[in-house]
Amino acid sequence: MARVVVDVMLKPEILDPQGQAVQRALPRLGFEGITDVRQGKRFELELDGPADEAALARIREAAETFLANTVIEDFTVRVES
Amino acid sequence: MTARVGVVTFPGSLDDGDARRAVRLAGGEPVALWHRDTDLHQVDAVVLPGGFSYGDYLRCGAIARFSPIMENIIAGAREGMPVLGICNGFQILCESHLLPGALTRNDHLHFVCRDQKLRIENAGTAWTSDYEAGQEITVPLKNGEGGYVADERTLDELEAEGRVVARYLELNPNGSRRDIAGISNAAGNVVGLMPHPEHAVEPLTGPTTEGLGFFTSILKRLVTAR
Repeated sequence: MARVVVDVMLKPEILDPQGQAVQRALPRLGFEGITDVRQGKRFELELDGPADEAALARIREAAETFLANTVIEDFTVRVES
Repeated sequence: MTARVGVVTFPGSLDDGDARRAVRLAGGEPVALWHRDTDLHQVDAVVLPGGFSYGDYLRCGAIARFSPIMENIIAGAREGMPVLGICNGFQILCESHLLPGALTRNDHLHFVCRDQKLRIENAGTAWTSDYEAGQEITVPLKNGEGGYVADERTLDELEAEGRVVARYLELNPNGSRRDIAGISNAAGNVVGLMPHPEHAVEPLTGPTTEGLGFFTSILKRLVTAR
């Protein structure tokens, strides 16, 4: 059994109005000193077997075709121990 | 002799009824298609309607794009079958990579619902031939994630090849790059449009009847092709 985490973030050049709204709200709540916020998605995938290279290759394929839209988003895949 | 225009219903589609009605008012035979079906029932063209397919989960259109019916629609579109995606349908076409770019959250974060003035930039596509290039029309617009984005090279390509089909006038309602309201593929048979022409086909319910042209365009093309 293994857990694999896929993080999906908007590419840096894509406007993130949600992140901006969060950033603007922070000082109002007394959280100073935060100059930028980008909001993304985190997927936690539970595997029925080991997170070996073959399993990770399939997950990268899933991330590329489905979990992320690579026109506007980047993703990273990592094994969580 | 008329033409059969399929309208797909996904779970969460809202505007499939209005799209079928618009096809009928234009003189065509609307054919209801079901997302889990794989059979296109000999339709000559397909409309992907607006709504919130699969609750907009993951990304708008991302799950609908893998519906069983989409496999044949994508294959047909690549072979020249006319396909119009409206609003959520536009998002599905981008997720399917039949159209370049993507639709992102409105830059002001609010859902927008208004009568929107547009300019038809390209009257040469399968879905816009009943308009004049440069014609201004007003149709409803309603979206939360309607901001069209693509990289600068893609945007330049779309402009140079005349693939910007419609542009927002007077006000950019969602932060779309270069005021883009609709685009086509290189062949012109696949068109994606964020505003809703199917809601502007009758004086009783629409701000105008200026949306009907999208549906009469495709009917004329299909009937002439026979």
